[in-house]
Amino acid sequence: MYSIADRQELTKRDMISLTIEAPLIARKIVPGQFVVVRVNETGERVPLTVAYRDAATGTITIIFQVVGKSTALLASLGVGDAIKDLCGPLGAPGHFEKVGTVVGIGGGSGIAVLHHLLSGHKEAGNRLIGIIGAREKDLLILEDEMRALCDELVVTTDDGSSGEHGLVTDALKALVERQERIDQVLAVGPLVMMRAVTEMTRIYGLPTEVSLNPIMVDGTGMCGGCRCTVGGETRFACVDGPHFDAFKVDFDELIQRNQMYGRDERISLLTSIKVR
Amino acid sequence: MAEPDNAELLALEHEGDLASFCPHCHAPLNMYDAGTRRVWVGLAVRVNGAACGLLLDPRLDASERRCSDGWNDGDLAEDVICPHCEASLLEADGRCERCEAPVFGLEVSVHTRVVPLALCTRAGCPWHGISTRTRAKILAESPRQKKPEQDAMLRVRNFSEVSYGYDGEQAVAEAGRCLQCKKPTCVDGCPVGVDIPGFVSLIAGSEFAAAAQRIRLRNALPAICGRVCPQDQQCEKLCLLGKKGEPLAVGALERFAADFERETDQVRLPRRATKTGLRVAVVGSGPAGLTLAADLGVQGHSVTIFEALHKAGGVLVYGIPEFRLPKSIVEAETGNLRRLGVKFELNSIVGKLYGLQELFDLGFDAVYIATGAGLPGFMGLPGENLCNVVSANEYLTRVNLMKAYLFPEYDTPAPKGRRVAVVGGGNVAMDCARTALRMGAREATIVYRRTRDEMPARDEEIQHAEQEGVRFHYLTGPVGYVGDEQHWVRQLQGVRMKMGEPDESGRRRPIPIVGSNFLLDVDLVIVAVGAGPNKVLFEGAEGLERNARGYIRTFTESGRTSVPKVWAGGDIVTGAATVILAMGAARQAADDMHAYLSDGQTAWL
Ligand SMILES: Cc1cc2nc3c(=O)[nH]c(=O)nc-3n(C[C@H](O)[C@H](O)[C@H](O)COP(=O)(O)OP(=O)(O)OC[C@H]3O[C@@H](n4cnc5c(N)ncnc54)[C@H](O)[C@@H]3O)c2cc1C
Ligand code: FES
Repeated sequence: MYSIADRQELTKRDMISLTIEAPLIARKIVPGQFVVVRVNETGERVPLTVAYRDAATGTITIIFQVVGKSTALLASLGVGDAIKDLCGPLGAPGHFEKVGTVVGIGGGSGIAVLHHLLSGHKEAGNRLIGIIGAREKDLLILEDEMRALCDELVVTTDDGSSGEHGLVTDALKALVERQERIDQVLAVGPLVMMRAVTEMTRIYGLPTEVSLNPIMVDGTGMCGGCRCTVGGETRFACVDGPHFDAFKVDFDELIQRNQMYGRDERISLLTSIKVR
Repeated sequence: MAEPDNAELLALEHEGDLASFCPHCHAPLNMYDAGTRRVWVGLAVRVNGAACGLLLDPRLDASERRCSDGWNDGDLAEDVICPHCEASLLEADGRCERCEAPVFGLEVSVHTRVVPLALCTRAGCPWHGISTRTRAKILAESPRQKKPEQDAMLRVRNFSEVSYGYDGEQAVAEAGRCLQCKKPTCVDGCPVGVDIPGFVSLIAGSEFAAAAQRIRLRNALPAICGRVCPQDQQCEKLCLLGKKGEPLAVGALERFAADFERETDQVRLPRRATKTGLRVAVVGSGPAGLTLAADLGVQGHSVTIFEALHKAGGVLVYGIPEFRLPKSIVEAETGNLRRLGVKFELNSIVGKLYGLQELFDLGFDAVYIATGAGLPGFMGLPGENLCNVVSANEYLTRVNLMKAYLFPEYDTPAPKGRRVAVVGGGNVAMDCARTALRMGAREATIVYRRTRDEMPARDEEIQHAEQEGVRFHYLTGPVGYVGDEQHWVRQLQGVRMKMGEPDESGRRRPIPIVGSNFLLDVDLVIVAVGAGPNKVLFEGAEGLERNARGYIRTFTESGRTSVPKVWAGGDIVTGAATVILAMGAARQAADDMHAYLSDGQTAWL
């Protein structure tokens, strides 16, 4: 059992941050790695990327948006409640070296992951430019933390309710147009966002890394449910990734594959609401 | 001989003891006398010169010998005469000294008594007074007891166990078919050398719990092995009865004894030796890991199992379906290990949460790696990443470990299909096809590139699959998959095969027939074509040598690896094999580890 040490609602729109006591994982995990969470006996195994870890207090923090039954279940937990199973650290550790200027682009709950990754890049001595976006103000998270971490931060919303009116790709374009020197781009967020960023950076020839989020079961390389085509080869995102060279990723295939259980997820959610 | 009296039978039932019956004429072969707590043996003998039907254990003191038939209660029997040659049986031990007729019932026990089938004395029963040779001949022709099973039409709609297993009567009858060979070949076929004739004769004598204990001397997981071992390729293949007729149902008997022991709460764990203070880490909780933990736990070492998943059991819990191996049985076995003091660290991946070397830093004195062959095999065919093309591991893990068959009560869904194709011919493929039917598929087809004879699955599973309506496309293989606009699989592109020349392994290799391509309409494909080693373990395992296929290289029979104090065994060494081979490897490793640890040896290789 893993106890919840802290719970925050980051926005009015169901963005939740849970801090969980897991000293062994906190000791080992590095930015970009994830954990698999199973809340209770009947629960799914849900992969969630870790947003912070604190080795001193032995905790890790996950940030997620409530989108289905499992995230709703997680969101229903309060301080002192416990999670049945927590497995990690999973995924290949991110590698951080000094390259110069790193542009980190985050969307939705991906901003939390981006924040963790960028902190790794900061430690490696890079200059950071952050671009974070959301549909609307109430979905935007970690703006202050990102501002504190990055040398420069651009905020965009689709409806203009906060920051600049537009998409993260518009902000990226603006950076390129003002001749900003960019050595590495990092994109974390919804697949369509990562695909759009990749289409753009491909044209500009900016090395880009994305963090993929396929459907997973075990997260240990045992089922192959998380497989993606990268550079024409099948790779398991949970062990070979989740970070890949964006130019090699077959986004269309992954977007299709991620819809495989759409219908079941709706059934699951509806049943759980009825039961409640 | 007297028919059993109802009162006696009632008493018998009342006591919960099992009667044995002759498999041929159904005469009761033993009876329990609740008053004296002794069992009467169905043997026509002469006592004190008079013929009588039932005899109390002949080795008892004269003052205690009584006969049920033709004798009054309390009459003393001074001598017991062999029904065949009239020699005295009082000193006989197993056989009449003169004519060698078997004499049973010589061991005193309050509950049950060994009964010789050959001594059923009911008029007209073919067992009456026959010679050993004739007996062997008749036994060879005797039909094997059928395991009662759920009806095929019903069972494809549920996940309950297919086979109910023998009841006491059937087990005794089946055990009676055993020839009790002096040099039992069946034992040679058992990778862990279970004393098969020994435990079978105990079952024949209704000493069921003792039979289970006899098995446990060599095999720590009998309820599991009785269900999943490929007996048809091992012990039963070598059974002499099989030469003429049907082999003894060793697997079914093993299962019966183990189930009896568990269900009647008579599991007696071996006594733990005094604590040695030495600590052993086991990586992986499949059959290899569990066996090793049991063996070393008994020796007094303190054992911790690290398991990546949230449940212990390896393939036994995530792969093999509930309808073939109920998970409660695996849980009972892991519970037994806990009682032996073995600790389980679940959700703990070695290679991620701990490095291999780190385990030594944590104070472990030795490490056993039993991480199995958990990497799913794909064939690299076009369209393999379409939606609803899944690996057997994913499909089975969702359904078994995550209980998708109880969705939406359990949150994890499984991919659904009406027309399901399963690629492969092993146990894994059978499990997938049969699971798919239970998950609501209208049609499940096995696509296998060789013929039925080469299919590596257990005979019983193939038969069950056939009964349940699984279709078999032999000598066919997939070459690709076709999807619709939404990227969902719609057709399997296949090609027919013919059998070519044998390859190095001696197996004939299938060769595609040019121009024989065909299409099969499907909406779910499950790929069950072999497995590989999961590489996660090797992160932070410097110096651990692997072979060309990526499995761990071992340097001794007992599984010593290139890293001192690290042993390995099971599928991670051999590649995907069987439960019992994994257990056999673990047993060897356990012996070696115990010797190494207790001697304080230093030489490694
Ligand atoms: C569907 C299916 C059906 C089968 N049917 C039969 C059958 O009927 N009869 C038969 O004899 N055999 C059968 N087999 C084969 C048999 O199950 C295996 O040969 C046997 O389980 C191997 O045992 P093992 O202990 O080596 O490994 P496994 O049972 O594979 O156990 C390995 C365990 O190690 C864990 N692990 C892996 N990596 C790590 C790590 N880095 N850290 C911590 N833990 C780790 C895994 O999660 C797993 O629990 C079947 C296999 C499958 C997949
Ligand atoms: S999630 Fe199962 S292999 Fe990656």
